[in-house]
Amino acid sequence: MAYSDKVVDHYNNPRNVGTLDKSSDEVGTGLVGAPECGDVMRLQIRVNPETQVIEEAKFKTFGCGSAIASSSLATEWIKGRTVEDALAIKNTDIVKELSLPPVKIHCSVLAEDAIRAAIGDWKKKNGVAETAATAETAK
Amino acid sequence: MSTIASQVEAPEGVSLPIYMDNQATSPLDPRVLEAMMPYLTTQFGNAASRNHSFGWEAERAVDTAREQIARLIGASAKEIIFTSGATESDNLAIKGIAEMYRERGNHIITQVTEHKAVLDTCKRLEKYGYRVTYLPVKADGLIDLEDLKRAMDEKTILVTIMAANNEIGVLQPIREIGKLCHEKGVIFHTDAVQAVGKVPFNVITDNVDVASLSGHKIYGPKGVGALYVRRRNPRVQIAAQIDGGGHERGMRSGTLNVPGIVGMGKACEIAMEEIESEAAYLRGLRDRLKEKLESALDYIHVNGSMEHRLPGNLNVSFVYVEGESLLMGINDVAVSSGSACTSATLEPSYVLKALGLGDDVAHSSIRFGLGRFNTQAEVDYVAAKVIDVVKKLRELSPLYEMVKDGIDLTKIEWQAH
Repeated sequence: MAYSDKVVDHYNNPRNVGTLDKSSDEVGTGLVGAPECGDVMRLQIRVNPETQVIEEAKFKTFGCGSAIASSSLATEWIKGRTVEDALAIKNTDIVKELSLPPVKIHCSVLAEDAIRAAIGDWKKKNGVAETAATAETAK
Repeated sequence: MSTIASQVEAPEGVSLPIYMDNQATSPLDPRVLEAMMPYLTTQFGNAASRNHSFGWEAERAVDTAREQIARLIGASAKEIIFTSGATESDNLAIKGIAEMYRERGNHIITQVTEHKAVLDTCKRLEKYGYRVTYLPVKADGLIDLEDLKRAMDEKTILVTIMAANNEIGVLQPIREIGKLCHEKGVIFHTDAVQAVGKVPFNVITDNVDVASLSGHKIYGPKGVGALYVRRRNPRVQIAAQIDGGGHERGMRSGTLNVPGIVGMGKACEIAMEEIESEAAYLRGLRDRLKEKLESALDYIHVNGSMEHRLPGNLNVSFVYVEGESLLMGINDVAVSSGSACTSATLEPSYVLKALGLGDDVAHSSIRFGLGRFNTQAEVDYVAAKVIDVVKKLRELSPLYEMVKDGIDLTKIEWQAH
C-alpha cells in the first residue's frame, strides 16, 4: 500500500518520541490499544498546573506506519494547547491531515483515544474533572 | 530521535530493490524464457491441432515438458495434467476426488495451515454435505501422525496435506502420511507447490497419489501449473471440473498454454539438475541471515521447525515491533509479513496463530524467502538493514520499554479495539 508523504515524513522523523516521569503529578499518561490488535500507543503530557497548558508531549507507539504517524502528529498538535483545547482534536482531523485510507482510520481513533486517556489521567491525578464539574453546576 | 528509515548503504554490486520473497513468486530464469520464446512467437500452434505441423510442433513441446515435470517427481508423463496454476490444481484434485468417490464416503482430512486454495475448497465441500476434519499442528508446525490416525474412519476418502508450507516453510511428514493413507485405502493429495524443486520429492517413495504443482514458484512462468494423478497402485480417478473439448485425458478441458507449459518443463529440468547444490546454497544464506539477526537482536522468535524446513525460508517474529512498520523501514527489500496490517482481511496470519503464537507475535513476523538469484552480499545488506530498523522501532515501542522495565505485558488490562 502506498503511504501519503505526510505519513512517510512522520514515520521517518517521528516528533516527540520519549518517556515522561509517570509518577509526576504534572504528567498524564494514556496507554491505549492492545498488542494482539497490532497497535499500542502511549501518549504522555506534562501540564502546567497554573495555566493548564500542555507544555510537553511524548509518545511511543507499537504499530504500523499510520499508527506511528497518527500519534506523532497528535503530540505535535496538543503541545502548547490547554487540556480543554486538546480535547477538541478529533480523529477525523488526523485522517484529513495524514490522508489516511479507510483501512487506517482506526489508527486515528486510537490517537484520539490516547489524547483523551492522557488528559483523563492527568485530570484524575489533579482532581480537575471534579472541580470543573462543580464549577459547571455552581453556575 | 534520529530518522527511522535506515541509513545503511547498499554495498557495491547490490542493486536495489532486493527481491527476497521467493515463496510468493520467483523470477523467471533466463534459461526458461529462452526455451519459451519460440512458443510465444513463431511456434504458436494449438497442441490439439492434429492435422498440421503447427499443431504437431506444439504437441511435441508439450510432451517434452510433461516428461521433464514427471522426471522431477518420479512420475510417468501420462500422469501429468496441465492446469492454469496450483490453485486450480488444488480445486481439481479435491473437488474431483470428492465427486468421483462420493459413493465410497464423504469424509476429507486436511490440516489448519494449508493454503487457502485447499482450505476454502474444503469449506465449499462442507456446504455440499462433505465432512472435513482440520487437523491441528504442533508448535513446530508439523501435524501429529497420531491425530491423523485417529481422524480416519470408514467414510474417509481423501487426505490432503501440503508438502511444504508457504509461510513458514515447514515440511510435513508426507511419506508417513502417504503410508498411512495407503494402509487404509485412502487417497493422499498433497499441495507440493513449495516443495517440488526445492527438496527431494518423489511420488513413489513419498507415497503420494495426487500432487499440485506450480510453474512460477520454481523460476518458471505464472499462469501454469500441473496436477500429478497416479495411474497405478492405486489408480486415481478425478471428475473433471471444467467441461469442454476433453483435453488432458478428459480431466481438464481447455487449449493448452503451450509457452507456459514449455517454461514449466524447462524450469523442472533445471531444478532437477541443480536441486542439491541450490538447496545447500540457500541453506547457507538462510542460516547466515538467521545468525546475523540472532546475534544482534534480542526477543526474536523463529516461527516453525528449523529441522523440517525449506532451505530458502526464514520466518521470524521481531517481538514488540509491528511487521508493517518494519516493512516500511526496509522499503527497498521485498519480503512479506504476517501482520494484520499487511493483509486484506486485517487478520494476522492464520498459519502463525495455528502454531499457538499470540496475535502479537504474528503481527511482528517477517518472512524472508531466499531464492536462486539472491547473493551473500544481499543477505548481509538485508540483515544490517533489518537490525538497524528493528532497533530504532524498538526505541519507539512502548512494549519493548515496558518489558525492559520488568513489566509483565500479560498482566496489563489492554483495551482491545
